[in-house]
Amino acid sequence: MSEPFSERTEEEARAIIARYPESRSALLPLLHLVQSVQGQVSQEGIAFCARLLALSTAEVDAVVTFYTMYKRRPCGEHLVSVCTNTLCAVLGGDAIYAKLREYLGEDGPAHGHEETFGEPGQPGSITLEHVECLAACDLAPVMQVDYEFFDKQSPDSATHLIDGLRSGNKPMPSRGAPLVGFRNAERQLAGFVELESDVDAPSAAAETVRGAQLAADRGWTAPAMSDTPLPAVSDNKK
Amino acid sequence: MTTPRPADPITPVLTKRWLSPRSWRLSVYEQLEGYTALRKALAGTPEQLVQLVKDSGLRGRGGAGFPTGLKWSFMPPNEDKPHYLVINADEGEPGTCKDIPLMMADPHSLIEGCVIAAYAMRSHHCFIYVRGEALHCVRRLTSAVREAYTAGYLGRNILDSGFDLDITVHAGAGAYICGEETALLDSLEGRRGQPRLKPPFPAAAGLYAAPTTVNNVETIASVPFIVNAGADWFRSMGREKSPGPKIFSISGHVEQPGQYEAPMGTTLRELLELAGGMKDGIPLKFWTPGGSSTPMFTAEHLDTPLDFEGATEAGSMLGTTAVQVFNETVSVPWAVMKWTQFYEHESCGKCTPCREGTYWLAQILERMVRGEGTPADIDTLLDVCDNIFGRSFCALGDGAVSPIQSGIKYFKDEFLALCESNAAHAREHELAGAR
Repeated sequence: MSEPFSERTEEEARAIIARYPESRSALLPLLHLVQSVQGQVSQEGIAFCARLLALSTAEVDAVVTFYTMYKRRPCGEHLVSVCTNTLCAVLGGDAIYAKLREYLGEDGPAHGHEETFGEPGQPGSITLEHVECLAACDLAPVMQVDYEFFDKQSPDSATHLIDGLRSGNKPMPSRGAPLVGFRNAERQLAGFVELESDVDAPSAAAETVRGAQLAADRGWTAPAMSDTPLPAVSDNKK
Repeated sequence: MTTPRPADPITPVLTKRWLSPRSWRLSVYEQLEGYTALRKALAGTPEQLVQLVKDSGLRGRGGAGFPTGLKWSFMPPNEDKPHYLVINADEGEPGTCKDIPLMMADPHSLIEGCVIAAYAMRSHHCFIYVRGEALHCVRRLTSAVREAYTAGYLGRNILDSGFDLDITVHAGAGAYICGEETALLDSLEGRRGQPRLKPPFPAAAGLYAAPTTVNNVETIASVPFIVNAGADWFRSMGREKSPGPKIFSISGHVEQPGQYEAPMGTTLRELLELAGGMKDGIPLKFWTPGGSSTPMFTAEHLDTPLDFEGATEAGSMLGTTAVQVFNETVSVPWAVMKWTQFYEHESCGKCTPCREGTYWLAQILERMVRGEGTPADIDTLLDVCDNIFGRSFCALGDGAVSPIQSGIKYFKDEFLALCESNAAHAREHELAGAR
């Protein structure tokens, strides 16, 4: 099987492997790297990881199928994830997901979990999924696009978001860096964080700092800290 | 020692820097006492640090509440094998949303805590296992680690102490079970994230079968403050057996959801006051003290002190202090069904009680919510729960039955009402057939 991975990708893969005392630990980030190249984990991607880590393809396959973030079918330019766990669902997550299934499905049947609208990888193509708790419950109902947070969504805001993604007029996330597609997000998950401006992209909502702000407003503080010596320890070390 | 005064309702320690612009940058962190604790720690001995953390009474903030200093003391005093420190940043327990904002806003506090903890446990390689979906955290941590290397807080001979430490930021790939510490270790070794049999515990045989300690983000981020201000200061907040401040994440039907860092033992009544009360004044129906795996509470638990002892005595668990608040408009059987679908999806499949049990529990609940259940289904649910609880391989199974058992305990009438509509429907059909 010929590999679609360039010399550069292989060098990056070796850089990932070098981060770990044992090479197999590099498998999860390598699979993220593979997705950054292909927009999915293909059989070629599995063979690539297996070769670099001296594993069998079955061993790699077993890992790929375990984790929900590894997509075994080609992903759209953007991955849209809607939290439908209980708390988000009750505040509108279920309604958002139902609306997007219908909206993306247009006149045809409603789109299902991990289905892609448009030609995978082409501009404006979108893969839709429902996901479990995204750990932003104070900002429910939440969605992610390419793993950037869109907080406090509604069915209407979600369809606007889809319109923007389709037209290339990409909306800014509530928290996270400007959208550049699923594959680029996967590259960063593999550990290649290159843009300092992305690092500085917004991260705090009013909810995030609500307690700290309330304390500042009311003059509440933790007890004052004063430098205290470390405890003495007797020398009866075994 | 000064006379203790009652702590303020909110005690920002971990969350205090979050208000500062660009708090995630090293230059800002250093202006706000950043890395002062590290200098102090490296001037002491590992034994002193373990003793300090023991004295402080700090307990694990990832849900289980195990005493942190004791956990550290399980690490062998020799270095026959490499030692590893692994940070569990795989936040995913439904309702829990404290570690992700912490890592975004103040990644250096975690890194400083890691260096101190690694020094205390004679580890020279630390891994931060971050949930894959938390891309912005991966970004902030990766950049912060880079800054820390450049400034000499990481790498060889840190601050001329002779101590070496490397940190690797590692992104997961979407599996709730990897929040279980041994599943996390398997995942970090490049395998399916399935839990391991204990013993051996990680301190004896963890990552690569070497001595390993796994600690939660909030736990480790607390350490620099304890090093700077001492155990007595930490104990001046919270309660005797559960000291310190804690980030309470309040979500759901409240006016002002958000992160509130308050002393351990704060009650829901007090938290609701901070959060502006119930949304639109609609009364409280049920809530979780610490994520969906902690049995639900009701309005009768408004004054339960939320610390490890208080929550347990009242029949639940403190968990991650993820306070999810639901008002009277929410159906308990529906909420329980949604949570059960989550556990079914996230069950790793290793052990039969959890794999099969969650599969059937979800189907029974779905049937009941569709209005096709019978009262016997309630008994079946409880029976299946009995066969999962304490019989599954790890705590995921125990967590999965919490919403069901507590939901039926407090709201059995609602489950019965669902069956009643089914029974009425059946009676109509009988009559129709008789005609």
